[in-house]
Amino acid sequence: MVDREAVAEMVRNIKKQALEERDMLINALHQIQNRFGNYIPVEAAKVVAEELNVAESKVYEVLTFYTMFSTKPRGKYVIRVCVNLPCHVTGGRQIVETLKETLGVDFDQTTKDGLFTLERTSCLGLCGVAPVIMVNDEYYGDLTPKKVKEIIESLRARGDAK
Amino acid sequence: MKPILVLVSVDSNSVLLGAKQFANYLREALEKYNLKDSVDVLETGSMGVYTQGVVMAVFPDDVYYSVRSVADVEKIVSEHLLKGRPVLSLEIPRERLKLVVEKEKVTEEVRIVLRNVGVIDPRSIDQYIARDGYFALHKALFEMKPEQVIQTIKESGLRGRGGAGFPTGLKWEFTAKAQADQKYVVCNADEGEPGTFKDRLIMEGDPHSVIEAMIICGYAVGATKGYIYIRGEYYGSVENIQKAIKDAYEYGFLGKNILGSGFSFDLTVRLGAGAYVCGEETALLESIEGKSGRPRLKPPYPPTNGLFGKPTVINNVETFANVPQIILNGANWFKQFGTKGSPGTKVFSLVGNVVRRGIVEVPMGVTVRELIYKFGGGLVGGKQLYMVQTGGTAGTFIGLDKIDVPLHYESFRDHGVSIGSGVILAMDEDVCPVDVALNTMEFFEHESCGKCTPCREGTRLAVEILRRMSKGQGKKEDIDTLKQIAIITQEASLCGLGQSINVPLISILDNFRDEFLAHIGATGCPRGVCKFEKPAKVKAKV
Repeated sequence: MVDREAVAEMVRNIKKQALEERDMLINALHQIQNRFGNYIPVEAAKVVAEELNVAESKVYEVLTFYTMFSTKPRGKYVIRVCVNLPCHVTGGRQIVETLKETLGVDFDQTTKDGLFTLERTSCLGLCGVAPVIMVNDEYYGDLTPKKVKEIIESLRARGDAK
Repeated sequence: MKPILVLVSVDSNSVLLGAKQFANYLREALEKYNLKDSVDVLETGSMGVYTQGVVMAVFPDDVYYSVRSVADVEKIVSEHLLKGRPVLSLEIPRERLKLVVEKEKVTEEVRIVLRNVGVIDPRSIDQYIARDGYFALHKALFEMKPEQVIQTIKESGLRGRGGAGFPTGLKWEFTAKAQADQKYVVCNADEGEPGTFKDRLIMEGDPHSVIEAMIICGYAVGATKGYIYIRGEYYGSVENIQKAIKDAYEYGFLGKNILGSGFSFDLTVRLGAGAYVCGEETALLESIEGKSGRPRLKPPYPPTNGLFGKPTVINNVETFANVPQIILNGANWFKQFGTKGSPGTKVFSLVGNVVRRGIVEVPMGVTVRELIYKFGGGLVGGKQLYMVQTGGTAGTFIGLDKIDVPLHYESFRDHGVSIGSGVILAMDEDVCPVDVALNTMEFFEHESCGKCTPCREGTRLAVEILRRMSKGQGKKEDIDTLKQIAIITQEASLCGLGQSINVPLISILDNFRDEFLAHIGATGCPRGVCKFEKPAKVKAKV
């Protein structure tokens, strides 16, 4: 259940930092997504729409346009792997294959235990240490298939599934 | 001041190599060896090189180390700092340092934008001020009229460093001349061009230079509000910029009546949320306004109809970072660097299969060869250079015959080599042009916002054909069809995203034509990269 009042309170606080009306929507969605883990329940999005006085459809459009937002719950660890050329030519291809094999999922899928969601991302601006992945808000660079497997193992060990 | 200073790079790239851990361990070790009172530790931005280790520099000895483990840190403390014996095994060889050390001007490195990056603590406004920070703001507010500021920027010949190269002074002038009750200054920090990470390192390493420039710009064009739009994934940049804004408010460089001048300016940060197209200026403005980032039809342009429909200056991070130094030192000083048509320096990102990946700031006019071999140290494993993409994913693919072309804003028009956002992506002989082209077009297909048909469908079709080719099912007419798609998409698309796909696509088809032909009617990829499949029984017509 979404605590509507808590979300509304959050949005009101965020609104105080606005320079202009309407310039806080995306920042607000970021904060709400953090609050719910890694997705934004439609219910919460409705509260945002009410508080910011924007049509629900507009909020939904924004939610689905930007890849960092999700309207569905994702795994505990969202793994974003860079698929662009600077990573691709420095071994990124094998990193993507290793991730898919080790996790047993394709892009935008979540493992059965609810631990991992695999997503592809465009360049993360860490090409000095390519290939790179991001796990939630942590980065890992200079990757090899071996390192990737180790990272996943350690996350699995850390991570109580749902 | 303590007698010894150790600088540690803790930019986002270095952090992945263990920089934070090493810095913490360094402090512990200093405690252990009782050196706390004689050694200062300063966490600073990128020093430019990534030698698979974290760069640590010891001053006044002027020794640079590449650190890969806490044991290395221990060695530096117990040997060098305690006993005064530099650890030769960890030292970065002198010739690599030419890239790092400012005083050794034997190479052409010139630091205007990066003058403080890797030198100061980016989280200290005092250290920025100690390096002449906010002096340019003071000069502009008290010694110059707004028109004079604009005139100086115009005379300097500074052009947009985000990729398009539009003259900055003109942009400012258009905005200054527009009449409105409210104007805005926006910094485009939605760095997303694959291979580019200069803006990130500027914001992480010297955030105040961007803030100072934006205030100066606000004064020049008559804007009182500013936004820095940063990529949602750039946590380090957001953190350092926000801290810098907070400090600038406390010191009276932001807010009401700045330094008693009567000029007021407010500045805030807005985040992106993972959309490459938001780097396009009008899409970025849409995004700040709380909408999905779809580009607007142009004209009108932002200087007259920008954010919330009001006149808006929108410049890239690197462009802004040039401004304080130009105001302080004058347009003629700036023009001594670079070429006639493209004055100043450019921060290049050296990526791909080069030995020393990183960023380097050099005058415009540098060649790809110099960047790869002199600054980048050649290719990993001594392999042969085969192909380079310059300027980013929307930039050109070139072969060895073009690596001696000087890079500046006219090099695309004159020689078919684009400078773009300054990416130099070096690729060795193990890559296959068809696979590279496929990866590039997949990027555009993924990032196309879908608003206009030519871009949405053009990128999709190109991917389909290239995917087929990479499976060994290429057809004779494919190369011509791809070219046709490139041209139509370029001519009919709404914004810079679709309009630029012809640059990578046509350059790779032209410069590596034989490789594409070798995928048609062949039994295997000549480079062993693409995995050929037997064609399906019924082939879809493209």
